[in-house]
Amino acid sequence: MSADSRTRRALSALRHDPPAVAGAAVLLLLVVVGVAGQWLAPAGVNDVDVDQMLHPPSWAHPFGTDELGRDVLSRVLVAARVSLQVGVVSVGIALLVGATIGLIAGYYQGWVDNVLMRGMDVLFAFPVLLLAVAIVAVLGPGLLTAMIAIGVVYTPIFARVTRAGVLSVREQVFVRAAVSIGASDLRIIRRHVLPNIAAPLIVQTSLSLAFAILSEAALSFLGLGVQPPAPAWGRMLFDGRGFVTEAWWLGFFPGAAIFLTVLAFNLVGDALRDVLDPRQLTLGEARRSTA
Amino acid sequence: MTAEPVLAVEDLTVTLGTRRGPARAVAGVDWSVAPGRTLALVGESGSGKTMSVLAATGLAPRTARVTGRVRLLGEDLTALPPQRRRVLRGRHVGFVFQDPSTSLNPVLTVGRQVTEAAEEHLGLTRRQARDRAVELLELVGIPSAARRVDEYPHQFSGGMRQRVVIAMALACDPALLIADEPTTALDVTTQAQIVELVAGLQERMGTAVVWITHDLGVVAGVADTVAVMYGGRIVEHGPVDDVFAAPGHPYTRALLAARPRPGHRDADLPAIQGSPPSPLDLPAGCAFWPRCPVRGDARCEHELPPLTEVGPAHRVRTFYPSPPTGEDR
Repeated sequence: MSADSRTRRALSALRHDPPAVAGAAVLLLLVVVGVAGQWLAPAGVNDVDVDQMLHPPSWAHPFGTDELGRDVLSRVLVAARVSLQVGVVSVGIALLVGATIGLIAGYYQGWVDNVLMRGMDVLFAFPVLLLAVAIVAVLGPGLLTAMIAIGVVYTPIFARVTRAGVLSVREQVFVRAAVSIGASDLRIIRRHVLPNIAAPLIVQTSLSLAFAILSEAALSFLGLGVQPPAPAWGRMLFDGRGFVTEAWWLGFFPGAAIFLTVLAFNLVGDALRDVLDPRQLTLGEARRSTA
Repeated sequence: MTAEPVLAVEDLTVTLGTRRGPARAVAGVDWSVAPGRTLALVGESGSGKTMSVLAATGLAPRTARVTGRVRLLGEDLTALPPQRRRVLRGRHVGFVFQDPSTSLNPVLTVGRQVTEAAEEHLGLTRRQARDRAVELLELVGIPSAARRVDEYPHQFSGGMRQRVVIAMALACDPALLIADEPTTALDVTTQAQIVELVAGLQERMGTAVVWITHDLGVVAGVADTVAVMYGGRIVEHGPVDDVFAAPGHPYTRALLAARPRPGHRDADLPAIQGSPPSPLDLPAGCAFWPRCPVRGDARCEHELPPLTEVGPAHRVRTFYPSPPTGEDR
């Protein structure tokens, strides 16, 4: 009924938004590469070829080769999976945990709020990398712990964004009205609070996805994330830094991959935010129908 | 008027814990409203009219301490566990709030909101809820309800939104409708329509109404009984015609005199000097004493006047219930 028709309208509105379509296309491509990277790659990721060290892009190696003669294109393709995984899983953790904490803190307020948010403040007080390094040090290096660490690091941001939204929505008369008709807390949160704070959460999510991918790169660089020789964009970017002047392609292609991914997430996030707001939706429709 | 009251409040006191100490927002208030009747609670901002209703229905802020007895449909609300109270209130009491622009959730269609209470308490399915929503929107006079049920609040005008809010309040066929200044945010023509709508619905459905307002014009139009509140207390309580014809309390007289009437210029309206007392520091005697034009004797300052009967069911909290000769109109 109304919910379905809203989803349908939202999807059709998305289709008419060129940047969103472009972003979605890139994301789709990334997912395909993430799933099928191994088979798409022209060469093995760890095929060392000392005769082909640091070759610039050519027909044989479109993205060039690295200092061990490995095919950069193949490594970028295969690494897509790791980077996407890290982004989605760690931000997923942060969103789930952070939004829950923010909801509870903002909705119930009082001492619950104090305890939860002071805890978040403590996490927030640490520099991002230091905290991630500490967590990895405790849990041991590896992809999974890197994702958990990044998730924990980004949790306070989501908690704060959510709580701020909840605080303002809570004071709205329609929430009081819902209380007056005897709606349960869960129902009020689900129907009245969450939909009204979705917009800042979506924006925060799309931004965080980008930062999470970069954080993974930093962790990998410190040897705490993806373990070499497995490829990861961030790792490749950092490894390429020593060759910036003589072999730009080592850093350029993984960097471009990160850039495109982040851009795609942001474009889609932006469009989603607009489309999920009924006021914006009808504005767009009005514009189209008069055009 | 022998019918069992829908809502009866006895000796209700609300004390709010504030940073600067306890604030007595409501101090020992009694009122009741019978089926199909309208009680108007009148007073300025901070007089305790809204707080007394919120406290009576268990919606007072968490910092408030509420004492007294409240009976809703014969059940003692103060004795009920919160869960049961929530259900009873949600099922039998409908609320219309002041500002229709914020009392609707902007991201839900009006249809979904109108029947929220009905879904919660009557267990309607999605399909039934939608039919009921259309029915309710038609009831409150929204044209082409079947189409508008799927629209969002921002697509409605202020008056139409308030109609939606009223429809929402009526979704469960409540025994009592509480209207907290529902016309304040609307323009005058729309106000009149909303007042008329509520009066019509009340007649048709036999709902009791508590109308909270500071607009005496509205009171004259809708109420059967009026309770004038000042400084957390009822200072005058009686049938609306009697109170308007022979106001007993100096405050009521001053309010009535300050009402704009046709033929009088605005500039001529006699304002009441001073401002209402702070609930943090209520005077020992009559709360209106510092602003009172009568101020008969020392008792006014130091002794709380009792509610005295000045007519059938017409009570006044003052030592000087009749205007001294030559004073007032």
